[in-house]
Amino acid sequence: MVLIDLFLTFLKIGAFTFGGGYAMIAMIQYEAEQHGWLTQTELVDFVALSESTPGPLAINMATFVGIRTGGIPGAIIATLGIVLPSFIVILIIAKCYEKFRKSRVVGGVMAGLKPAVVGLIGAAFISVAGTVFFPAGLDVSAFSAVSFWVFIALFALTTVLAFKKVHPILIILLSAIVGIAAGYALGL
Amino acid sequence: MSTAKVTPAESMVVGITEMGEKVRKSLDLFLTFMKIGTFTFGGGYAMIPLIQKEICDNKKWLKEQDIAEIVAISESTPGPIAINAATFVGQRVSGFAGACAATLGVVLPSFLIISLISLILNEFQSIKAVQYAFMGIRAAVLALILKALWMMFRATKKKAVSYVLMGASFILTAFIKIDAVFVIIGCGLFGLIWSLLTRKEQSNGTD
Repeated sequence: MVLIDLFLTFLKIGAFTFGGGYAMIAMIQYEAEQHGWLTQTELVDFVALSESTPGPLAINMATFVGIRTGGIPGAIIATLGIVLPSFIVILIIAKCYEKFRKSRVVGGVMAGLKPAVVGLIGAAFISVAGTVFFPAGLDVSAFSAVSFWVFIALFALTTVLAFKKVHPILIILLSAIVGIAAGYALGL
Repeated sequence: MSTAKVTPAESMVVGITEMGEKVRKSLDLFLTFMKIGTFTFGGGYAMIPLIQKEICDNKKWLKEQDIAEIVAISESTPGPIAINAATFVGQRVSGFAGACAATLGVVLPSFLIISLISLILNEFQSIKAVQYAFMGIRAAVLALILKALWMMFRATKKKAVSYVLMGASFILTAFIKIDAVFVIIGCGLFGLIWSLLTRKEQSNGTD
């Protein structure tokens, strides 16, 4: 049953994501692969769309995957799944957050989780890089293709802009324009 | 005994006004968080300044110093930061009803917009220019992920143990393709045990 599967999967993702939407990419990717819900390229496009539409990345991605795999009921179920763990945990903690914040157990767990999140985002970076630069699979002949170098250059440019704190939407807009120009110019 | 005579009718009126107050506050929370959800792009961190402006400056529901608390709690609990923050603020301002209203408010704009987009996305994707645009955008997404990676790396304590955990979780997720849930559980447990062990060492040292 797709709906139950969607709900449980996003419940799991919601319960085990720390540190925001980017850390979630690796998890969604794993689940999407396991269930055959999305291709790698679709996932990257979802991340792009989630970045350029209002709202939290995590909610956007959950709604996207949900609607793709189960229509509107799927979207509702997936979004509910990703929200529920947060909601319940916060309701419990709100009553004793002073204690929670000073707890040594929480401090210890977080000390282990922070580096883990870095590792997860690193993994997301590697797999998205593969999709961007080697859409046809890892192939040495890709290095001789002009398009490969165009994307390398665009990646370098957008990285500089991102680190210069240019707004993500402007970066996405610019890269879309460059993509269109390069696409027609190179006849991809 | 007769000084504070409250007739049942009066107490009902009080009850109704209290209920009305609660409903009004929840509705206000819902609308405020809907506004925040509509005008936040990117992740939950982008939402914090907006929450500060709306909740502290405009509505005066919470104090400025509460914001730091909200960020700290949202970071150390599972789930999207935006949801954590909305639920927390809602709960603090108006209890369970407030938490529901705020959370629903922050989710709804995303949900509606994404549902609309995915309806027209298939039509759009057959257009050549859109396909080219997405090719470009994918490179930008990679850059944004790299930036998030750098930000998280900077926020991590620079200790040998941290680097080991970073490397291990990276290799396990990227190359061995283990479910990231196990990486999170493993690293959390490791952090807990490590902190207990090092604390023991410290207390031994002071003896």
